[in-house]
Amino acid sequence: MTNPSENAVTVRNVYKNYGEVEALRDLSLDFPRGQLTSLLGPSGCGKTTLLKIIAGLIPATSGEVLVNGEVVKAPGPDRAFVFQDFALMPWASVIRNVAFGLELRGVPKSEREAIAEKYIAEVGLTGFEHSFPHELSGGMRQRVGLARALSVDAQVLLMDEPFSAVDEQTRRKFQEDLLGLVQNENKTFIFVTHSIEEAVYVSDQIAILLPRPSRVMEIIRPQGFRDKDVDHIRRDPEYLDIVDRIWASLRSYVE
Amino acid sequence: MLARHRANLLKLCSALIVFGAWEIAGRIPVSFAFPTFLESCAAFWALLIDGTMFVAYLETLKPLVIGVFISAVLGIGLGLWIGLSRAFDWLVSPIFVVMQTAPLAALIPLLVMAYGIGLTSKVFVVCIMAMPVIVLNTGGAVRNTPASLIEMGKAFLGSRRDVILKIILPSAFPIIFAGLRLGVSAGFIGAILAELKITPTGVGDIITYSRSIADYPSMYAAIASIIILAVLFLNVLERIENHLLRGSRKSLAAD
Ligand SMILES: Nc1ncnc2c1ncn2[C@@H]1O[C@H](COP(=O)(O)OP(=O)(O)O)[C@@H](O)[C@H]1O
Ligand SMILES: [Mg+2]
Repeated sequence: MTNPSENAVTVRNVYKNYGEVEALRDLSLDFPRGQLTSLLGPSGCGKTTLLKIIAGLIPATSGEVLVNGEVVKAPGPDRAFVFQDFALMPWASVIRNVAFGLELRGVPKSEREAIAEKYIAEVGLTGFEHSFPHELSGGMRQRVGLARALSVDAQVLLMDEPFSAVDEQTRRKFQEDLLGLVQNENKTFIFVTHSIEEAVYVSDQIAILLPRPSRVMEIIRPQGFRDKDVDHIRRDPEYLDIVDRIWASLRSYVE
Repeated sequence: MLARHRANLLKLCSALIVFGAWEIAGRIPVSFAFPTFLESCAAFWALLIDGTMFVAYLETLKPLVIGVFISAVLGIGLGLWIGLSRAFDWLVSPIFVVMQTAPLAALIPLLVMAYGIGLTSKVFVVCIMAMPVIVLNTGGAVRNTPASLIEMGKAFLGSRRDVILKIILPSAFPIIFAGLRLGVSAGFIGAILAELKITPTGVGDIITYSRSIADYPSMYAAIASIIILAVLFLNVLERIENHLLRGSRKSLAAD
């Protein structure tokens, strides 16, 4: 808090090789505080890899990641992860899953469950506290994953294609809710997606990644429609324009 | 409710058919050493009320209980280690694979030479039968813990110990239990085998003795008692398992 520098996360000259496979090459990118940045690119271009390096789950081959000015070496309390496949514990109830991050931090049961309750309500799952993941739809499971990430109150939220495994209607609702979260939560969101429309709809900043070895090809900052009503974004000329522009630059990489 | 009645009715039918066939085959008779079902029942009753069966099982259960207990504790521990460490897996797994396939009858003389004809050898036989499946199942289950769950544990700041105790073990639990059940069945076989091949004691003694005096109904009654006991024991184990797994059980079937 004493260092209100502009960027919550900075990625500097990161390389990542998996054996022979060169996943990231000299990737540098800034993530402005309090904003949502999308990592957009075709499947296999290294989006998950970059996110996991930021999370401290895997090491970079070289280069560094700074979170609030500190070099990332391992997962930390300043970052929380939302997983593509939800990563819920099937043997644990919704409330235990949501409170799990706090449980691992040693927060006493009654306290952590009170916090979990609050976020379960926030994501609209009140009444399902004692259900088990298999009793929920895909969309509801991802709400559990989101509530878990929110309840540890990290400043940076890392989301790996969080909506890719839910149906289209749910997905749209999620995207709207996400805009609300960005506005109300004062957190920095790093959001991975392979959907151009989704990226343009939710992002303050879009980083377009080139296919392997991945670097940032272009950074786009939508300006005009961010403050408009969510219902009108998809019809906004700038929105449509950016979607077209991104497709134009990506199409040559998609065979 | 109706379905359950139906299932019970069918199970009863199945029992009636088997026992009916046994009775008829005994009356033909198929062999003079093959008693009828009712004769065997009578012998069973006789062994039960004069206390012979009780005394015999006190003896038989000793190596069985000790062996199964050792196999469970040691087996789950070793399995956990195997699942967590590649090197230990390569070092130790082959021993249990060999143990599982080795013809036990051929090993018994070696055991007797080394440990005599007492309890120790019998416990060994039970362990050789029960342990491999427990170890290998546990190892496999631990190794197959979903990677994203482990990653989730790390991302939310779980220590190695947390990840093992709160994620890997619960995730492996159903398969560990399945291994335990198979191990117990195999342990039963081992206990009886030990009594037939090392020294006739307990139920093995009833079988050997009644055969030597051509009291075939008693011999069949003793054999049947083993089967009944094994089935009862496995049922209890299943109940414990169901109780412990309440919530997650269905999820495994669903996903
Ligand atoms: N653990 C790994 N071992 C080897 N190669 C990997 C591993 N993880 C990812 N890769 C490779 O790195 C590339 C980028 O993967 P990933 O970051 O998952 O892409 P994305 O999330 O954009 O689909 C892919 O070609 C993938 O095959
Ligand atoms: Mg990915």
